[in-house]
Amino acid sequence: MSLWTEHLVIAPVVVPLAAGALLLLYDERRRKLKAAIGLASLAVQLGAAVALLARATTIPAQVYALGDWPAPFGIVLVADRLSAMMLLLAAVLGIAALVFSLARWHRAGPRFHSLVQFLLMGLNGAFLTGDLFNLFVFFELMLVASYALALHGSGTARVRESLHYIVINLTASLFFLIGAALLYGVTGTLNMADLAMRIPQVPAEDRVLVEVGAAILAIAFLVKAAMWPLGFWLPSTYAAAAAPAAAMFSILSKVGVYAVLRLWLLLFGGAAGAELLLYGGMATIAYGVSGMLAAQTLGRLAGFNLIVSSGTLLAAIGAGQAAATGAALYYLLVSTLGSAAFFLLIELVERARTPGADVLAVTAAAFGVGDEETEPEEEAGVAIPATMALLGLSFACCALLAAGLPPLPGFLAKFALLAALLAPDPVPGVAWALLVLLTLSGLAAVVAMGRSGVRIFWATTTSPPRVRLIEMAPVAALLALCLALTVAAGPAMNYLNDTARALYAPGGYIENVLTP
Amino acid sequence: MELIVALGIGVLAGCGVWLVLRPRTFQVVIGLSLFSYAVNLLIFIMGWVRGGRAPIVGTSAPVDVASFTDPLPQALVLTAIVISFATTALLLVVLLAARGLTGTDHVDGREPEE
Repeated sequence: MSLWTEHLVIAPVVVPLAAGALLLLYDERRRKLKAAIGLASLAVQLGAAVALLARATTIPAQVYALGDWPAPFGIVLVADRLSAMMLLLAAVLGIAALVFSLARWHRAGPRFHSLVQFLLMGLNGAFLTGDLFNLFVFFELMLVASYALALHGSGTARVRESLHYIVINLTASLFFLIGAALLYGVTGTLNMADLAMRIPQVPAEDRVLVEVGAAILAIAFLVKAAMWPLGFWLPSTYAAAAAPAAAMFSILSKVGVYAVLRLWLLLFGGAAGAELLLYGGMATIAYGVSGMLAAQTLGRLAGFNLIVSSGTLLAAIGAGQAAATGAALYYLLVSTLGSAAFFLLIELVERARTPGADVLAVTAAAFGVGDEETEPEEEAGVAIPATMALLGLSFACCALLAAGLPPLPGFLAKFALLAALLAPDPVPGVAWALLVLLTLSGLAAVVAMGRSGVRIFWATTTSPPRVRLIEMAPVAALLALCLALTVAAGPAMNYLNDTARALYAPGGYIENVLTP
Repeated sequence: MELIVALGIGVLAGCGVWLVLRPRTFQVVIGLSLFSYAVNLLIFIMGWVRGGRAPIVGTSAPVDVASFTDPLPQALVLTAIVISFATTALLLVVLLAARGLTGTDHVDGREPEE
């Protein structure tokens, strides 16, 4: 075992931290250098995620003890199949958003590159940590970076929506602390694996405190996952955020889903509160669908689309079967990639309707950037007639993904999910209800996105928008990854089904963490 | 003693929640601060309410765990205090920016219609 593989687990936390700190030292005008450092750091993170993923298929949980303190006393980082998959997803989204931002968004405000790195550090840490309080710390890191990114580019709308976003998330963080404190007070440990061992031994009179603590903790995660009625903040915040920031945010709501999946299955074996997740998820789908149909702008449409995907995930997890969870994980990958591509695409499409990004130009001038070095604004893109066709094709792909129609993998995800839900012999009534809801959500996505698509691409009278290659490439790459997930659906589903089974039988995870 | 601490936490949390639900941004910030004090106290008393005991176990005498207080909640509460301090500072900046850009201190950025 070489030194590299031994310390591989902490790389996704340390690399963005170091890169983000290094980026702070350079002046805002050295953009090429900053972009190079940012991309290099992301490339390392991608490599580390792939290596962890490869190792996760053989080792149930790769444990890294910080400071070499053994597990229940020290803080551990744990990379299992689920963590490795989420790390990979975060790195891919980070690269796409960063490349997209290099066209112009990174110039719209100070310290953009550092914030992206710190956001990734928080995300990676939250996916890796095996300690409840450490999870809180990484959540806060991720959220603080996301507050600043939501404000990136400034402007009245962003500041107003960020205010709501910050207040709601601060309150949710306080709930997180209450929940963690109650769990610690009863069990005397914060290590997740140790908690899983101790919770069944809690005496009956303290049982209610554990359950209250876990329920309060769940509120914090479900606010992040935007479950109805905790998710009203999401569409307007994400619609107001800058395109690359919004694309990164599409994985933030999945962090809440990840935390629910991890802790609920580890601590309670998926028994307590399953109905709440199932019915809450279904209510979220219904809310998201009505929002999609009512949305007036593409940004809000994408936000409600994200809510629908959160609801689908929560309902699928709440169904409480390993097969449904495996399908839900596939859906998580597909919907995150799809909605990130959609958020990036919106910015390009909107340019057709509002020629020249006036807001951006104003803020760039306010920061005194954008007039030295690099090329003048006129060469920012070449107006070719094919641009509209390319954008239209990407838009159609996003619509197919959101609606879950073949040949894109949204269809496979929903198909696998419904197949798992309808597998038990007397099919439970709630599974039929979920089937109807999922079908309706697909229909609503077709209607809502078809309506916007027709309005933008067929009824447009303005000239085609100017789009640069490095703006189009990330969108195309994200959609191509979705297509690749269709082609490689077999191996991907095998991996994800193994992941779900490991989550339902956490013995290997607990053993690896607690035995040094 | 437990009753006093519990009442204190309850009053702080209650005031915090009430203020967070008020329409002015400054009230919201103060409410969040009060709420976070309540939460910090709650974490703190998870190590039991006992006075005059050291959180650090010495090496000399035979160690009796009952005469020491649990150091972990104190470490946790320090972290929580630092984080809530930093986020409150950030929120204050956003509050001022919102006041400057919208011209009102209402949380929705506009005065409600009479």
